[in-house]
Order: sequence, then C-alpha cells, then structure tokens
Amino acid sequence: MSTQTKIVPEISRSIADSSAIPNGSAAAAILSAGVGSIAVAIFDLAADKSAVAKDLFVFYKPTGALSGETTVAVLLWLAVWTILHWRWRKRNVSLPRINLVALALLGLGLLLTFPPIGDLF
Amino acid sequence: MEITAHSLWTLVHGMGFGALYLLAGSGALILLYLRFSTDGPAHTLPGDDYLLGIYFTAMAALAWLTVLSGTYIIYPWYRTAAPAGATNLAAFPRALLLSHPATRQWHLIGMEWKEHVAWIVPIAITMAAYVAIKYARDIRNHPQLRHSLYGFVIISLFAAGIAGFFGAMLDKNAPVDGGQTIQLIQGEK
Repeated sequence: MSTQTKIVPEISRSIADSSAIPNGSAAAAILSAGVGSIAVAIFDLAADKSAVAKDLFVFYKPTGALSGETTVAVLLWLAVWTILHWRWRKRNVSLPRINLVALALLGLGLLLTFPPIGDLF
Repeated sequence: MEITAHSLWTLVHGMGFGALYLLAGSGALILLYLRFSTDGPAHTLPGDDYLLGIYFTAMAALAWLTVLSGTYIIYPWYRTAAPAGATNLAAFPRALLLSHPATRQWHLIGMEWKEHVAWIVPIAITMAAYVAIKYARDIRNHPQLRHSLYGFVIISLFAAGIAGFFGAMLDKNAPVDGGQTIQLIQGEK
C-alpha cells in the first residue's frame, strides 16, 4: 500500500512533466517585463541627471523627454524578450529564480520612478 | 450642458481606459483565484482555459490605450508653456501648479511619478496576457507561472492605482481644459 501511494504521485508528476510546454517562453516574457520596467526608471533618471540625455530623449517635442524615455524602454523590453525567447523557447529554466529577479526589477522600477527616491542618485 | 475637447479626452483617458483597467484588475485577481485555487470551484465551461488569456489581453489593450492617450494627447496640453508675463494660468496646468507653493508638489511628485510609473503597467500586463494565452490549460502544470502572474498583476494594479490617484488629484488642482466646445445637451432658452 505504501509503495502504491509512492508510485502514483510519481507517475502523475511524470505525465504532467511530459505534457507540459517548456517554461522557457514564459521565463523570457517574465524576465524581459522586469527589464522593461527598470528601463523606464533608469531612462527617467538619465534624463533627469543629464541635459544631453534629456535632449536625446525628445522624440516628440510636445511630450518632451518622456516620449524618448518610454519609447526606448519599450524597444529594449521587446528586444530582450525576442532574444531570450529565441534562446529559451525549447528549454526549461529555473523559474523561481527568474521570478525573483523579474519581480525585484519590477519593484525597483516602481521605487526608482518615485521622485524622492530617484533624486537620491 | 457643454464639455471642451480637452476635458472630454481627459475623461476618456482617466474614467474610460484608466478606471476600467483598475476595475478589470480587481476582476483579474478574482479570476486567477477561481482558476487556480485548489479549494475554489472547479471550472466547467469549455472555453474556460482561454478566458484568462482573453481577459488579460483586454486589460493589456486598456493599459496601452491609457498610457498612449495620456502621453501623446493629454500630457502635451498639460505641459504647454505659459507665455512670459501671463497672469491667468488656468490654461497651463503645469505652470499653474508650479506657481503656488501649496500645489508645486502635485507636479514635482505627482505628475513626475505618474507619467513614468504608468508605463510599467502595460509592460507587466502584456507579459501576463502572453503567458496566459501561450500556456492556457498548461498553466496548471507550472505553479511558478501562477505565482508570477499574481505578482505582476498585483504590481501592475498598484502602479495603475498610483497613476490613477495622481491623475485625479492633478485634474482637481489644475484641470486640463480648452479646445473646441462640444454641446452635449441644449439648454432651455
């Protein structure tokens, strides 16, 4: 009886694993979203601290530097997503670690966009 | 009853796209709980596996519409520079806020935070939509993906809440107004 209860979960786990799509595509999307979020904050800081960066980020004059900061962050996010997706799409990667890093980047992005914290740098 | 074109756009941006996103976000958390909670009700509808993907896609569309309309339609009106020597700053919300010590921080903290933090929302929810569509039924085999979806949806809601709160307060202190007047209902003579 005890052997049977041990074997059944093993079999079901094995079936679940074999039917599962590799998690690489999801990991690529998750990590790149974290990178995109922190990029918004970093480009905002760069434009705040450097007049040259601020001028460079003016893609659309009525909106000012915000247009370039967000456009470049979105392009960077999509580029990182594409590259990671290409590399990881057929693989299983360590999702707990990716989650941790991505959520940390997301949280940092949130904090660094808060002006009193951004002004510390 | 009249409304100006700028006010109408502000309404569409904030009360339309933005507020709807916040409402949808609360619904998304409930949907995630119902789909993946072990003691929650089992799903029975045939298309249920794809519901989450469709729901997150609609949220992503709302998030993109919110940031794009905010950044490229309303923000330019908000930051229009006042002519030198202007005394009535009602048509220049940014200048109006900066002209009084009591309202300066609404721009320096409120708008400065809102205009950037809002952009995290579509990035986070687009990821959630992609994962929910790509993995659909298979999400059940990836418990870590569910944790990630919860995390990103909660943080995107928090970021949208910050943007929404400051958007409302900024509009209260220095409304974006102007443009063509649209008559909604003809008044009695």
